[in-house]
Amino acid sequence: MVHLALFSLFAILCVAGAINLLAQKHPIASALSLIVVMGSLAAEYMLLGAEFVAVIQVIIYAGAIMVLFVFVIMLLNAGEEERTRGSRIAIIFGIPGLLVGMGLIAWVLVRHNVASGLVKAGALPGTPPRIARLLFRNFLLPFEVTSVLILIAIMGAVVLARRERG
Amino acid sequence: MIPLAYYLLLSAILFACGVMGFLIKRNIITIFMCIELMLNAVNLAFVAFAAHWQNLNGQVFVFFVMVVAAAEAAVGLAIIIAVFRTRETLNVDRVNLLKL
Repeated sequence: MVHLALFSLFAILCVAGAINLLAQKHPIASALSLIVVMGSLAAEYMLLGAEFVAVIQVIIYAGAIMVLFVFVIMLLNAGEEERTRGSRIAIIFGIPGLLVGMGLIAWVLVRHNVASGLVKAGALPGTPPRIARLLFRNFLLPFEVTSVLILIAIMGAVVLARRERG
Repeated sequence: MIPLAYYLLLSAILFACGVMGFLIKRNIITIFMCIELMLNAVNLAFVAFAAHWQNLNGQVFVFFVMVVAAAEAAVGLAIIIAVFRTRETLNVDRVNLLKL
């Protein structure tokens, strides 16, 4: 009962933030609603028992990535979104495609019995030691490859954002 | 005890919001935020299925998705800065040199 109440509270917060993200005209308001979405998603992870994921959701997503977004919004002095006629192709094919995709997901949820399973609060405790054991044994190679990926991303960001001197 | 379907439904709604924003928003930074929203929706599905199957691999995958998202955000925002420097605009409709 408490689980359902907490889930509903954070789910409503999440969806409200996502809709506000679409409704706002100013990018900084959109960024703040995205932070609300990410914070309530961290609470949902905590309800599922994924402690480590919930904490890095707050630190990396709501912290580092959103700070980067807000920093760029301020750096570029982004103002209100100007309304221009959007791409007709995107609207004509995108909205029906989205509806078809949602219908497909709903159909799978109704028909397939995977989704009818029940999830307990804190069903699978993802504590740091258990995650670390997987990460440094089964997933050691992907983990090392991500360090190379981050190195390349850092160099790419520096090269792309550097001012050309001519 | 709540059904797994609730988590999947929340994930699907968030993903749909992300796709919708990607289609209707015109500001390049907001479009980029909608991509992050879609990644978050997928992460929720990963964690919910991990709890359902009692398998921690799903949570480790969320970690990798976050790392890739962080790298993508750094490079993407650098590209946005470069675009703004050459085009002086953040509106995707005005960045149309390749358009017929």
